[in-house]
Amino acid sequence: MGKTRVARTGNEAMAEAIRQINPDVVAAYPITPATEVMQIFATYVADGLVDTELVPTESEHSAMSAAIGAQVAGARTMTATSSQGLALMYEMLYIAAGLRLPLIMAEVNRALSAPINIHCDHGDTMGGRDAGWIQIFSENSQEAYDNLIQAVRIAEHSDVLLPIMVTTDGFIISHAMEDIDIYSDGEVRDFIGTYKPLQPALDYKKPITVGSIDFVDYYFEHRRALAQAMSNAKNAILEVGREFGSKFGQEYGFYEAYKLDDAEVAMVCLGSTAGTGKDAVDNLRKRGIKAGLLKVRVFRPFPAEELAARLKDVPQICVLDRSDALAATGGPLYAELLAAMFEDRADHTVINRIYGLGGRDIKVGEIEELLSSQVSAAAGGKSIDRIGYLGVRE
Amino acid sequence: MGELIEIRWHGRGGQGAKTAALLLADAALGEGKHIQAFPEYGPERMGAPVQAFNRISEEPIRLHCQVTNPSIVVVLDPTLVGSVNVVAGLPEDGIILINTAETPAAVRERLSIKGLKVFTVDASGIAKEKIGRDVPNTPMMGALIKVTNLLDFTKMLEDNKKKLTKKFRNKPEVIAGNLEAIETAYREVKSE
Repeated sequence: MGKTRVARTGNEAMAEAIRQINPDVVAAYPITPATEVMQIFATYVADGLVDTELVPTESEHSAMSAAIGAQVAGARTMTATSSQGLALMYEMLYIAAGLRLPLIMAEVNRALSAPINIHCDHGDTMGGRDAGWIQIFSENSQEAYDNLIQAVRIAEHSDVLLPIMVTTDGFIISHAMEDIDIYSDGEVRDFIGTYKPLQPALDYKKPITVGSIDFVDYYFEHRRALAQAMSNAKNAILEVGREFGSKFGQEYGFYEAYKLDDAEVAMVCLGSTAGTGKDAVDNLRKRGIKAGLLKVRVFRPFPAEELAARLKDVPQICVLDRSDALAATGGPLYAELLAAMFEDRADHTVINRIYGLGGRDIKVGEIEELLSSQVSAAAGGKSIDRIGYLGVRE
Repeated sequence: MGELIEIRWHGRGGQGAKTAALLLADAALGEGKHIQAFPEYGPERMGAPVQAFNRISEEPIRLHCQVTNPSIVVVLDPTLVGSVNVVAGLPEDGIILINTAETPAAVRERLSIKGLKVFTVDASGIAKEKIGRDVPNTPMMGALIKVTNLLDFTKMLEDNKKKLTKKFRNKPEVIAGNLEAIETAYREVKSE
């Protein structure tokens, strides 16, 4: 296994990963601080180092549209963006996921306007959190590089087939040079393998319809299948992370725990702050405070059970959110983690049913049956799932 | 050096403060150290005051915050001194290296600097003579190594030679000029 230690910024590291992945198509539009990823990659295209068809578009909406078209046709496709660019892709993000396209995006976290700002927060990525994209955060340039390589395998996993975004923190990582280990082209290409599209639209012997209408008759079932794919992504992420570890040395999971075992207080965060947090934890321990840290690597799918289990014995938990959900009740990581931890600790039983997607009717009898089954379960009768679906054909 | 070393570079947009930080980081990496190099991003205008930063350590570097208490400051443009607080955050025994023809004692008196170790070198003069342009960043690296012993000078010179050879394949005079400028600044940097 050949590793080379080099100095790379986050953007350079991501461009390097894209070069090694050698996608069939890349469609993109420049935006600070992600611009360099494509600027550097474009030189690889010009120098003939990759076989990629690079499609420079006139907007991010068009970039995502072109990427979707290419992936539907059967091409392994990538893009890169940031902030307003991701926001402009918003409409198409849902379509990429709904069509079950394993698109791969390098996302450089940057604050959204207004006021205009080019620096880092996670508000842009959080805007895509309900779109059906897998979301992986990176602490540093090394993780940006490693995560992007793994992203190919996770997205294209036969149990998954979902688009994926790998994020880094704008400027803090994207424009900061760090020492990282780069693997050989051959090893990376062996690891990611060849893309075998399930139903390429360009296979004229097997014509298919893509993007058809789907009313109350089947919409809910398709969305249910999409949700299942996101749930399946959990196993795929662990499987790929383990294999990556055995091949390249660093194993990846849903989170990284730092000095958490005996911690009396732990911070929880996403992205580059985890590195700074580890130094803070060490300083606190020198002062006699048993601090720890949990870095959430995977935000979608949200590893609720695993995070709750890992933090079970930590009495004081501090969640740092680099985005504001403007929910008038704290940030998105806080809300989701709190919900995950509430299950084991609350005096109340709160269950969840997802219903009515795409206009599916909900009837009075269904509500009665659900609530009565919950009451019966509470009285020691047949147990029911905490989270589930109502009115979908499984 | 077992500890984390933090450096702040002051320059003006276009003067090569960021490049100097990147070159130094690359050279430190060549000696097996862990590195960071990053500029401060703001309005990027030619001539506007800019800063760039380095972290160098024997251990992996995890910090991703700004450098606010560097132990070393390098000033590429002497006209910044007085308008920008170049000594901000430096500890009592910190090092400040300034590109100027003045002596350290004269700079100390003019700025009423207390404490600190003050060094000066006429990097612009050296650059104009050896490279033909006022590009003080590479000679400043030579002077920096002399006053800090951050890296092995011979290895740093070799490393720079390799990189410059790659970048300026068709301009051998630029390579020789830069290397001479680094060596001259290394020799001529003045202490108190």
